[in-house]
Amino acid sequence: MNLEFSAEEIAFRDEVRAFIQENYPEQAAMRGADDLTKDEFLAWHKILAKKGWAAPAWPVEHGGTGWTATQRYIWSEENAAVDAIMPLPFGIAMVAPVIYTFGTQEQKDRYLPKILSGEEWWCQGYSEPGAGSDLASVKTTAVRDGDHYVINGQKTWTTLAQHADWGFFLCRTDPDADKPQKGISFILIDMKTPGIEVRPIITIDGGHEVNETWLTDVRVPVENRVGEENMGWTYAKFLLAHERSGIAGVARSKRGVERLRSLASTELLDGEPLITDRDFARKISQLEIDLTALEFTELRTLAGEAQGKGPGPESSILKIKGTEIQQRLTELTLEAAGNYGHPYFRGFPEDGSNTRPIGPEYAPASAPLYFNMRKTSIYGGSNEIQRNIISKMILGL
Amino acid sequence: MDFNFTDEQTMIRDSLARLIREKYDFDTRRAALGTELGRDPALWAQFAELGLLMAPFSEEDGGLGGDAIDAMVVMEEFGKGLVTEPFIPSVVCGGGFLRSAGTSAQKENHLAGIMSGEQIFAFAYAEPRGRYNLADLETTAKSEAGGYVLNGHKAVVIGAPWATHFIVTARTSGGQRDGGGVSVFIVEKGSEGVSTRDYPTVDGRRASEVYFENVSVPAEHLVGEADHGLPLVEQIADEAVAALCAEACGVMGVAHKMTVEYSRQRKQFGTPIGKFQVLQHRMVDMFMEHEQSVSMTYMATLKLGEDEIERKKAASAAKVKIGQAGRFVGQESIQIHGGMGMTEELAVGHYFKRLTMIDAELGNVDHHMKRYTALSAGDMSVAAE
Repeated sequence: MNLEFSAEEIAFRDEVRAFIQENYPEQAAMRGADDLTKDEFLAWHKILAKKGWAAPAWPVEHGGTGWTATQRYIWSEENAAVDAIMPLPFGIAMVAPVIYTFGTQEQKDRYLPKILSGEEWWCQGYSEPGAGSDLASVKTTAVRDGDHYVINGQKTWTTLAQHADWGFFLCRTDPDADKPQKGISFILIDMKTPGIEVRPIITIDGGHEVNETWLTDVRVPVENRVGEENMGWTYAKFLLAHERSGIAGVARSKRGVERLRSLASTELLDGEPLITDRDFARKISQLEIDLTALEFTELRTLAGEAQGKGPGPESSILKIKGTEIQQRLTELTLEAAGNYGHPYFRGFPEDGSNTRPIGPEYAPASAPLYFNMRKTSIYGGSNEIQRNIISKMILGL
Repeated sequence: MDFNFTDEQTMIRDSLARLIREKYDFDTRRAALGTELGRDPALWAQFAELGLLMAPFSEEDGGLGGDAIDAMVVMEEFGKGLVTEPFIPSVVCGGGFLRSAGTSAQKENHLAGIMSGEQIFAFAYAEPRGRYNLADLETTAKSEAGGYVLNGHKAVVIGAPWATHFIVTARTSGGQRDGGGVSVFIVEKGSEGVSTRDYPTVDGRRASEVYFENVSVPAEHLVGEADHGLPLVEQIADEAVAALCAEACGVMGVAHKMTVEYSRQRKQFGTPIGKFQVLQHRMVDMFMEHEQSVSMTYMATLKLGEDEIERKKAASAAKVKIGQAGRFVGQESIQIHGGMGMTEELAVGHYFKRLTMIDAELGNVDHHMKRYTALSAGDMSVAAE
């Protein structure tokens, strides 16, 4: 057992750190809790694409970097340290692995380069109003009509679909299959196809991050199906495993704890820095201890992966603990803001004067972020589902 | 022992509940909050018509002869309907200061106005660097001929955009956090040198930063005794805490009910999710937290008239319990609703937000836990505040 990075790994860390320092695009001014624009989401992605680092986990032949799991870990740590807005997962981390693992050569050639470059934005058409945690009960139908599927149904929680060029959808192609998992196909849909309507869902923090996607007689060429007809559940499960592996968010939470410490040093309680308050300091320590436990659990998983063990049901631990920590971080940040957690600024007309700021800089976003982060224990397979997985797959109950 | 409500209190509850049901449904509320003013003043007028705004005042003061229990009844109903109207700032705080320590002229000038709804008070106590310590004041009031000159900045004054008057705490002597040297003033919002920056809050109310620049306040606007205002401020803050706890109980009860109802209807894996034992037990825990919050609210409200230490301990104990229960009930309401709970469309998310922000008002769990601990340990410096 050895916790040290090797000399090569340290050299690698220095290299990526220098690259990030020199190239990370200058941040727009403090935007509080407002939504990022499409260009803001894509700024770093496009720079990384030019450098060849947009998709480190991909096979080298498709544009991956060939980095080891440890190098990829270092990469995400270094990005988290500057709060980088990373390439979105829907293209690079989710649909692309399905395409390069199960797709045809034509599909690989058509889709992968534009995912890598950021030219085409992807969204995920999985959940439906009646199929959330119980994903296999999808009702959206795809009916063959010559060399097309005709698709009808409603998807929900389609993240950032308002910007999307393409979407990957789970559709029922065999309504008579004997199990709900059977009879589903994995279909790529051009979001500009007639019959698609994307309607915003505004969340409790006031943001527009997710959407309802309605499909009415949407005609999609059969060649847009990935893999075999009725075998979509296999690909969906494969993809979900990918979705879960990055979900611990250790590097980002470490940065969050640092930020929490620093703002608690400027906040006052009875004239003394909040960070010197025993109650508050204990809560930060508890959070950091929990985060350390998560970090070393992730490192053990990582080491296992390096030795060829795929991420198993243990990744559910990372999801549960990772999201609990992310939520707790925002909870403590809101607590630090005190009275200044109340003001709400999204879309509120500025009075043009910056001479009278309302509370500390981080404060206006603290409550919306706390509200928003409640989603993390719900999405990607709710934490209840993750516990079911551990109970069934690991404990054998 | 008697935990029953009087006929008058029951009548207040029923008529207010009916008014909220009929005139303040979720969509009407949303529309009112979205206006430039952030409220529909007609509702306040109807509250006044029902006599709500005079309920907790003695007959001698022109009220209906009720007390803090009447305010508790009103605020629990406010909580159930997520009413954002300034009952606590104006009636409980503004009215409370005047009722407890106002001169007969002050009562005459303002109490009738508060009860009729024509005057709205806001309680300007918090400061940018003071967190929840009511004595941590940088705002100063210097005595001058015939009165005082006020300078300072009050933070997040709830209801200030709608107010006609402020109750302002300021330092007339002593060091920044001294218990002595605190005085309380009535300041008309229109006074020269008073300016505000108004904004919405995350739970749908309105608040302001309020700035005082050389504001002249006549001596007659001092409430209570100069330099010895802190005990009064603490008393009114405790009354406001009790009312806030009552509101939280209303919010929690509805959030819990909505969650149970949703779990009956929402199916996953072919079963209503309410059939899953893991969720059943959590909803039972929510139920217990709500019940205990109601108990603590009754306790704190009934003890508002007791001696100072008993009163403070009771208010802090209730605020701690409600802060913790509110966090649990709020978070679980969202979790059990799943993605739907995250949407602005569904009411439950708004209940969650209000519960969250109640903890950040008038002292959070940590603040009141410290206060309770110090009072229990007989720390006289705290007890004397």
